[in-house]
Amino acid sequence: MDRSAAFDQLREAAVEVLHVDASAVTEGARFKEDLDADSLALIEFVMALEERFDISVPEEELDGVTTVGQALDLVMAKLAASA
Amino acid sequence: MSAPTPERLVAITGMGVKTPVGLDLDSFWDGLCGGRSAGAPITSFDTSDHPVSFACEIRDFDVTAYITPKEAAHLDRVSHLGFAAAADAIADAGDLGADPGRIAVGAGTGVGGLLTLEAQISTFVAKGAMRVSPFLVPMMMSNATAAFIAIQYGFTGANFSVVTACAAGANAIGEAVRLVRAGDADVVIAGGSEASIAPVGLAAFSRMGALSRRKDDPVHASRPFDKDRDGFVMGEGAGFLVLERWDRAVARGARIRGAIAGYGRNTDAHHITAPSPGGEGAVRCMQLALEDAGLTTTDIGHLNAHGTSTPLNDASEAEAVLKVFDGAPPPISSVKGATGHLIGAAGAVEAVASVMAIERGLVFPTVNHEQLDPALGPIDVVSGAPRPLAPAPALSNSFGFGGHNASLVLVPSPAA
Repeated sequence: MDRSAAFDQLREAAVEVLHVDASAVTEGARFKEDLDADSLALIEFVMALEERFDISVPEEELDGVTTVGQALDLVMAKLAASA
Repeated sequence: MSAPTPERLVAITGMGVKTPVGLDLDSFWDGLCGGRSAGAPITSFDTSDHPVSFACEIRDFDVTAYITPKEAAHLDRVSHLGFAAAADAIADAGDLGADPGRIAVGAGTGVGGLLTLEAQISTFVAKGAMRVSPFLVPMMMSNATAAFIAIQYGFTGANFSVVTACAAGANAIGEAVRLVRAGDADVVIAGGSEASIAPVGLAAFSRMGALSRRKDDPVHASRPFDKDRDGFVMGEGAGFLVLERWDRAVARGARIRGAIAGYGRNTDAHHITAPSPGGEGAVRCMQLALEDAGLTTTDIGHLNAHGTSTPLNDASEAEAVLKVFDGAPPPISSVKGATGHLIGAAGAVEAVASVMAIERGLVFPTVNHEQLDPALGPIDVVSGAPRPLAPAPALSNSFGFGGHNASLVLVPSPAA
């Protein structure tokens, strides 16, 4: 899956789980400040990514992930590792 | 007639309900008086494996009229119903003009966010621990409704939940009255909510033998004090009151709908589900409420019974009422014929019904009550049509599994 296709999937998950407009989901968007996602919402969002991409993201790997772009980096790395 | 002293009175300046027979005060009242129970086959989940397949559901409630879809997604239905009823009550009370630190919230529930808990347990069994929602705890906890009301309105005063099964709504209101009398709050948003018509919840209540089995005729299943009653019918909903220090309610020119003059509560300390022999706990509870109000039995013009429609509750309550009122009780009615049993919301919704009866000068009838069970003795159950009621205090009973008893004395506004 290329980065653009993965982003589309991630954006869909954000719209569904974080209840935000698709237009607000950009690579630069910050989860807390721009998408109003608290720590619980972020956990729910990661759970949605795990289901969509069939990946596993241990909690410690989420340290330092504050933007949509960083989350997409994490997804791409997981997909590459499992390919 | 004896009269409650003004310092014992706590004003009721706002009310809101969400019930199976009405989602606002007027439609609720019309539902109580309309003669038709909300009992019907359950539509919210598959009941094919259940011995009891009907209940009194709320079908046309949209919480997004009150909160955003995002907020709604992180709250259980018990809090949807509770918050909406509280919001209606707060709107009904007008501009409170109170220090937010002096506004308290007290919310009762029987079981809290059961629908969420059941769904998440199913997810856990099917998909494992890592698929359990991080929102399960804040959605299922019994104090979620009280907390959310405070968060939405910024009420930073005392905040508590009461979990005393079917007495929870009345206990929350009664404890709120004590909070105001003690000077710990100027205003309390108090009531109860319940949404436990869930697959396992339904199975559990039916396994106790507590529910009516009249599945061929669910609309006539909840029939308090009737000779053919065979159990209660599960209901869901919420009721909230805005309770206010009497002098400040008067000073701000609030429309005072009525007042709470007395509160009694005690415990049977007898059995986890069965009432104490002879209804002794209930007898004492009603007496405590009357003593607290400074009233006697002859002052009471209407008794809102707990009246669940179970053989045991109605027999025990009738016996207790006859003892307290020395064989000559006032007219009795139960909302549960119309609404089913709202568990932890029941006492709050019924406090609202009792105040509306006083306001309108009418006792609402007991829906489905056709023939008094002769074993219950000479109680006067209002049925069929509403009955005219002269202005007088009302007594409202709530009894919960666990042996918890709560009685409220509601009085007409002395200013009226």
